[in-house]
Amino acid sequence: MSDHGTYIKRPNRPLQIYAVIFLIVLYVPVLFIPLFSFNESIYVRFPLEGFTFRWYRELWTREPVWNALFNSIKVGACVAVISTILGVIAARAITRYRMPGKSALVTFIMMPLVIPGIIFGVALLVLLSRMGIPLTLYTVGLGHLIVCLPFAVATLLPRFEGFDPSMEEASADLGENGWWTFWRVTFPMVFPGVVASLLLTFTISFDEFIMAFFLTGTDPTLPMYIWGQLRFPQEFPSVLALSSLILFVSFILVFFAQWVGRMGLDEQNQEAL
Amino acid sequence: MSPTLAIMTVGILVPFIILLVISFWTRDGFGFDTTFTTNNYVRAWSEPIFGALLQRSFWISGVATLVTVLLCYPMAYYVAFHVHRNKMMWIILMTLPFWTSYLLRVFAWKVILGYEGVINSGLMTVGLIDQPLEFLLYSQEAVIITLAHAWAAFAILPLYVSLEKIDKSLLEAATDLGDGPVARFFRITLPLSMPGVIAACFLIFIPTTGDYITPALLGGPDGAMIGNFIQLQFGRVNNWPMGATLSIVLMLWISLIALVFLFITRKAQEKIA
Repeated sequence: MSDHGTYIKRPNRPLQIYAVIFLIVLYVPVLFIPLFSFNESIYVRFPLEGFTFRWYRELWTREPVWNALFNSIKVGACVAVISTILGVIAARAITRYRMPGKSALVTFIMMPLVIPGIIFGVALLVLLSRMGIPLTLYTVGLGHLIVCLPFAVATLLPRFEGFDPSMEEASADLGENGWWTFWRVTFPMVFPGVVASLLLTFTISFDEFIMAFFLTGTDPTLPMYIWGQLRFPQEFPSVLALSSLILFVSFILVFFAQWVGRMGLDEQNQEAL
Repeated sequence: MSPTLAIMTVGILVPFIILLVISFWTRDGFGFDTTFTTNNYVRAWSEPIFGALLQRSFWISGVATLVTVLLCYPMAYYVAFHVHRNKMMWIILMTLPFWTSYLLRVFAWKVILGYEGVINSGLMTVGLIDQPLEFLLYSQEAVIITLAHAWAAFAILPLYVSLEKIDKSLLEAATDLGDGPVARFFRITLPLSMPGVIAACFLIFIPTTGDYITPALLGGPDGAMIGNFIQLQFGRVNNWPMGATLSIVLMLWISLIALVFLFITRKAQEKIA
């Protein structure tokens, strides 16, 4: 984009200040969680009473926290791998083949993004109970898969769109079969998108609450465990400590995912977006 | 494509059909009476509590949507027109919190707005008030503030994309022809960014009407929404058919409101053009 017409692009001081305030308001509420997690007092209120690691140490010794953590990791890892594989298949088909009703299909896949989660939750619950399937971590995983797929497809689509199909044709012409073409040509080019999709879908599943709320049996995931603890005011500090850890890990994973996901896409997308 | 579609069909379409079927049944002790009846729909229409809850849900989400879009527009405008380097960094920064746990972001607002929360205890420590402000937590305002904060990313992205697409030479032309900044904004920028505004409205209004976590944690009796009531039917009240009916009614209303909204904006755009 050329930079003529400078009278339009003159820096706008009030807007700049607004942007800074906006970012502060966006981040500060979440930062109160780690702030109070280091507070000595059992009450979440000002004035702060002293710095302590006590709540974190206490978490370490809690069996149910570890169980919930492993449940969340198990579900998250499976959901990430499956939704990314399905996302690759879908994104490839959407960009590569001409089919009737393609836009309707994409809308269908993206539906979970906008429909209230509670409706998917109860609909799946009704289906599973009618089929006599007991609620386990598998049913939570199925729910998360539905939630994660749109994000996987949305992350992978730009990768497949920004890639020239003649590369694949060249590989085929040079004698590679379909599988090796995919493995040696397609995959390396979409690899950053795959990594981003894996990280994002893992984080979404790891943090997801409403599906787990309806579809969990006896094994809670981490958000379900936190939900259960919220009823007890005396548990607030340890919930704050646990939440801080979860937020910290999520921020790192997502930041990394965004960064990897945009690798190499930047120049063309900044123009196109 | 086919495996992805199969999963989505099993995960979305089939549950919806079952949900629809079950909404015409009635509860019978711990089981269901499977004779077809529209009783639940008659109840949902005639008993005032359901209508009132729906109305309140739409009111809360409507206000939250309006607030979010109004607050996010200047921000998206700033990044689209006044940020020239590291645009992607700004986008990542603005959307990063959205990827982290929704439950924890809502929980953060409970910490802030609570009876002994950040605002109340802070103001009392400074000496501005000597009684905690009770209206902060468990009110519709608390739900609206939290929703607006939590869904900001859903407004920022579509707004940014539509603003970024605007051909800058149109703005220059308007300036050359004598339009001031205000006239230029209302005659060019705003109408051309309308698709982004409409998309943002849909992306926030539709999912938030069925939100469960925010009203459950921050709404109290005055801020309870239809999502909480649906959950009750599947939980404590144990009337699944009624819960299914309410889910279907909610979706029908959402579709109707969305269609009317689309129709009005279409007409308005035709008038302008």
